[in-house]
Amino acid sequence: MLDKKLTFKHGVHPREFKSLSDHCSIERMPFVEEYTLPLSQHIGAPSKAIVVKGQQVKRGQKIADAGGFISVALHSPVDGTVSDIDIFPHPNGKVLPAIKIKCDPFSPQIRESSPIDFEQMDTKSFISSIQDAGIVGLGGAAFPAHVKFKIPEDKKCRYIMLNGCECEPFLTADHRVMVEHAKEVIDGIGILNRFVGAEKAYIGIEANKPDAIEILAEEAKKSDFPVEVVPLKVKYPQGAEKMMITAILGKEVPSGKLPLDLGVLVSNVGTIACLSDYYRKGKPLTERVVTVTGTAIKRPGNVLVPIGTPMRDVIELCGGITQDAVRILLGGPMMGVVQKSIDTPVVKGTSGILVLTNNEVKDLDQYSCIRCSRCVDACPIFLNPSMMGLLAKKGLWDEMMDYNVMDCFECASCSFVCPSNIPLVQSFRVAKGMLREKWAREKEMEENA
Amino acid sequence: MIGDKLSISTAPFLKDDDSTPKIMFLVVYTLMPVVAVSFYFFGLAAILVTITSVFSCMFTEWVFNTSGDRSRSLKDGSGLITGLLLALTLPPGFPLWMVFLGGVVAIGMGKVIWGGLGQNVFNPALLGRAFLQAAFPTAITTWSPPDGRFFGLRGTNLAMPMMQGKNIDGATGATPLAKMKFEQVGTDTMDLLLGNTGGSLGETCGILLILAGIFLLVRKIINWRIPLSIVLTVSIFSGIFWMIDPARYPSPVFMILSGGMLLGTVYMATDLVTSPLTPKGCWVFGIGIGLLIVLIRNWGGLPEGVMYAILLMNAATPLINKYTKIRTYGHEKAK
Ligand code: SF4
Ligand code: SF4
Repeated sequence: MLDKKLTFKHGVHPREFKSLSDHCSIERMPFVEEYTLPLSQHIGAPSKAIVVKGQQVKRGQKIADAGGFISVALHSPVDGTVSDIDIFPHPNGKVLPAIKIKCDPFSPQIRESSPIDFEQMDTKSFISSIQDAGIVGLGGAAFPAHVKFKIPEDKKCRYIMLNGCECEPFLTADHRVMVEHAKEVIDGIGILNRFVGAEKAYIGIEANKPDAIEILAEEAKKSDFPVEVVPLKVKYPQGAEKMMITAILGKEVPSGKLPLDLGVLVSNVGTIACLSDYYRKGKPLTERVVTVTGTAIKRPGNVLVPIGTPMRDVIELCGGITQDAVRILLGGPMMGVVQKSIDTPVVKGTSGILVLTNNEVKDLDQYSCIRCSRCVDACPIFLNPSMMGLLAKKGLWDEMMDYNVMDCFECASCSFVCPSNIPLVQSFRVAKGMLREKWAREKEMEENA
Repeated sequence: MIGDKLSISTAPFLKDDDSTPKIMFLVVYTLMPVVAVSFYFFGLAAILVTITSVFSCMFTEWVFNTSGDRSRSLKDGSGLITGLLLALTLPPGFPLWMVFLGGVVAIGMGKVIWGGLGQNVFNPALLGRAFLQAAFPTAITTWSPPDGRFFGLRGTNLAMPMMQGKNIDGATGATPLAKMKFEQVGTDTMDLLLGNTGGSLGETCGILLILAGIFLLVRKIINWRIPLSIVLTVSIFSGIFWMIDPARYPSPVFMILSGGMLLGTVYMATDLVTSPLTPKGCWVFGIGIGLLIVLIRNWGGLPEGVMYAILLMNAATPLINKYTKIRTYGHEKAK
């Protein structure tokens, strides 16, 4: 049989670097002295603190409520005392409100929790209980999970699709979760499906994780709900929501629409495992698996980190960084965000801490666009980065709209292949920001008029 | 702008290995065997023409490059490619001063005035060659067959400006294409493949050009759609006429192996800068070139049509890009 793996069109093949940490079992981060828990760790409104300075808190205790529908609750990762509520540096580069908790070194670090009975819940209370558990998408964007799981009246969820692609080079957190927590993943699907009523679930996994594919397929057999594990071709950005849907269903998500318009609910594997943790064991989201890796990390690994732990401590646990470290980022090398300091905390959206050396981060000579069309052949959503790059250089933002610049989801495949080292995706980010700003201004003027 | 240092302070932090200079030099390396064979067949004359052409292109690049760091535009290797390609389109006995002039025009008019690498509409080497054809129609059609004498300078090589070059050894011969067109005499396919015919420096040895083309395709330096569509179009279109009247029209095999067809298909039509960006555009471009080649060769006043076919489609490339927009993912139609 021809072994043809499903995939999308175009895309790129960066070096994987996954062998640095893909064999490392998840290890637990020991408790540290102090935790910083920003009130905005997710997309949407910040959470609202419900504790005061000096208050004692228990591990897993809610310390902040959701600040609106698109927002989630926040829980203390440890037993301790609220030491401060103020503004602190956030990994996104800003300085934002956060709760600091001093860990109590003497209290037993045992979690008091019991299963939560979801069988009796109706959909509405299920949705709000997920919100209350503080669960967000763990793939990186940190979008509140309950918002995604709430199926609007006029839509139907036909398929639950779990994203286990992890196409970013270096990252292996999802891989380890699938291997070590396959049971929770499959169980989470069952729990979710009680409330969304899908026909079938798919788990999309890139073929470079054969152990995860095997273990999950085995586990899926035990489930009474049909779950199909789909091996996908190793290609970046296979793990982009739209690319995975296209690979598995052969359909495109219309521009400006959501996967749900195709009847698909997409979620990261780790997020689904959280459901099992919460309803079976009563554990809200207070810790997550983070890949700590990179050519400049002495002992790369996958660490179960309590949310709020300073990055510095996590890096130290992994042997610290080498002399030639030059860049620290959160997330993978393709879409990750550069960090100026390592004194910011791990948050719910932190999938990886990546430290790179001079070998990866080079100052590259920039040449003119030679119209080689490599970027055109790389863009997974068939944009024309070459033309958009020329327009961006001249500041012709409006003209870029003719080339659907707003559809660009900044996967950086174009910049990756460009032999002239033109900062394509970088300039599209700017262009999108400029256009949004301009539209907001225009709207404001219209309203004032 | 050439010369800017790019400090990547935002993602991505991984890069593909191919850089623009690397791509250009790979093209140069694949040209080396072709150049070597021309030296073998045409001896010292070929060496002089090649050196003059390369020198002239690089010199012009250097003189006109105003963007501060002069060495940078030489470093990217594109001037070297133009120099080599121009030489390969010239007859071995071509006067050297004309070669020099051709190089100046190729880079000056073909590249610099458009704003440098990546901005030009026409393939620089072909533009230089077109200029020479217009300016010196006799010299450029004076072909000499390989004669086995390495040091046998073509008498015309050293001709001075304004003087009529005198053909000392008197050995001139028609190219296979001219023979076909004006005398209806064919040439053996084997001779075409191995290069044992009259013609310009690089237009004679088919087999090497085919190998170079395959390498460039496998290495994904050139877009496969362009050579494929040209060869298919030429085969089908010329094949139809050949089947109607084999005595009058050349066979598709002859069409493809003779003259500048292979050199043009592998190196000039696929010039990254002057060919379309979009996949559909590449098909339009290649089919257009193929049709034009057959039209010019079969019915035009010239035996050779590759050069004009490519230049004409170069001119159409901006339009082709405009009308073959790609349909974006999740959109019904292309905008
Ligand atoms: S990859 Fe770079 S050089 Fe090539 S066409 Fe795109 S922008 Fe131009
Ligand atoms: S960053 Fe945007 S333009 Fe570039 S490849 Fe990705 S989607 Fe296409």
